[in-house]
Parts: sequence; structure tokens; C-alpha cells
Amino acid sequence: MALRASELQVGDRREAVLVEDLTRTQIVQYAGASGDYHPLHTDEVYAREVGGYAGVFAHGMLTMGITGRLLTDWVGDGRLTRFGVRFVRQVWPGDRLTAHATVEAIREEEGVHYVDLAVTTTNQDGDDVVSGYATARVDP
Amino acid sequence: MVTPRLPIEAGSIMVFARAIGDPNPIYSDPEYARGTEVGGIIAPPTFTQSSAHYDPDFPLRPRIGEPWMGSGREPTGIQGGGPVGGAPGGGTGLHAEQHFEYHRPLRPGDVLTFETKRGRTWEKAGRRAGKLTFIETVIEYRDEHGELVVTVRNVGVRTERVVDQERG
Repeated sequence: MALRASELQVGDRREAVLVEDLTRTQIVQYAGASGDYHPLHTDEVYAREVGGYAGVFAHGMLTMGITGRLLTDWVGDGRLTRFGVRFVRQVWPGDRLTAHATVEAIREEEGVHYVDLAVTTTNQDGDDVVSGYATARVDP
Repeated sequence: MVTPRLPIEAGSIMVFARAIGDPNPIYSDPEYARGTEVGGIIAPPTFTQSSAHYDPDFPLRPRIGEPWMGSGREPTGIQGGGPVGGAPGGGTGLHAEQHFEYHRPLRPGDVLTFETKRGRTWEKAGRRAGKLTFIETVIEYRDEHGELVVTVRNVGVRTERVVDQERG
């Protein structure tokens, strides 16, 4: 069901825990699905000994992909017109990820109604891991 | 250079949706999808990221028969850890920003072509990572009719030193 501009208000929010305990296997799944096989994400030995990191960490685009679910569950399928994020913090195996979206504006352009959303995803410490925006086409 | 093609396939959409942990049947169940507003399976919003599979020059994919920067007998198969991983204490390339503009949903059967253009480059002094160099790339995905389907703007950052964070 598509959202209706007439039923939305600035400040309306949605949030959802999208990952309870991020696994290394999910990161590997994402490497295979996306084609980004950087060993910093999939190879603990490389990440520690060559990369100098505490271990593997998630692709930023995995976190963005996970975050997209909150948006499409809310605005409906095929309704997004824009989605952008900054990658703020690394996401590690074991992290719990909660995505948040808040209505910033409801507007009409050339007879088409849109909702602008502020989007963040936070980890179990409440720190942002990605921060950005989305716009969706909504019904009147 | 030949412009790479990205065939949109139902199986790839299903696998991608699983990887991002999205159980929405619009990505896997054609019968369900037929009864929805979009009328069929579509791809998740970040799906064009999988075009890396079709980019002949994508550097983050092992090449058959060539040394790879990941670990095998040694922590890396390439002297110094390869071009993107960085040596211990050295800098790393990281993804800073990603922006999508959607002109229409992607559907199985679409065959997109994509063209990558170098955008702006700028520098900034970082607190922990030393000098940061930002590099913007714009990728335009077009359908068989030349119509723009998705526009991607991606910003990468190269750091002088490794930026690590404690696990939560």
C-alpha cells in the first residue's frame, strides 16, 4: 500500500531492528551477491595482519542495503526516487542495526506528491553507522 | 572501451535480497509480485551495486590464475597486500558516500548498460586518518532504449593511515 501525502505529517517516524547480530556469513553472502570480494570484508587473516584492522567489517553497501528495507517496507515497492547515505562508522560482526526514518517534508511537484525522509541506521551503542536521506513518490 | 552490460536476472535479485536480509516477496515470488502495484518482480534499491560482476576491470574480484590480495598460505598473495588493502599502518580506500537516483524500477529481463564517469576530487585534513582524499564517481545505468534508469554517485575516500574503531 502506497503512502498518502494527506495522511503524512512532518515528524512521522518509523524504526526497525533489521539485524539482531550481524554474522560474518552474511558479510560473505553480500560479497558474493554484490561481487565486491575485498578481503577486508571476508578474510579475517588479511583484515588483521595486512589491513591492520581488528577483524573483518561489513561493506558499507551491505549496511545501506539493509537500511533500504525500512524504506521500502514503509513507502512501498518501486516508490523510491532518491536514496543516499554517508558511511559514518564501520559495522562489525555482532553489531545490532536499527534503521530510522523521519518525515522531513511532504511536497508536490508538477502534480506529483513526494515525501522527503531523513534516514539513519544506528548500532547497539546508539551511534550512527550510516546517515542520509530518501525521497519517495506518494499518493495524494 | 566497451560499455559493460548488466543483465537484470530474477535469480540474482533473489540472491541479493537474501544477502541484505530482506524477505520481501517482491524480490522472489512472481505470483505475489504480479498482484502488486509494480506488477512483477523488481530489484531492491541498491541492486545496481552487483554490476561489479559485469565490470571487466573491477579490481576487487579474484582473477582466475592470478595472485589475489587475500590470504592463502600467507596473509596476502600479493607483496605489500595489494593496491587497495594497504600495508600495516598504511592507508586504506574506504567508501564515504553513496547516492542513488531512481528513474524507474529494475525488472528481470532489463539489460542495462553503464558508463562510469570520474567526478570531483577534493582533500580534507582528518583527525585520526591524516590527509583524506575524496574521489567522486558517477555511474549512469541506461536501458535498451537509452533511457536513464538509475544514476549512482559514489564518493570514495583514501586515508593516509588506517582508521580503526573499537568493537562495541
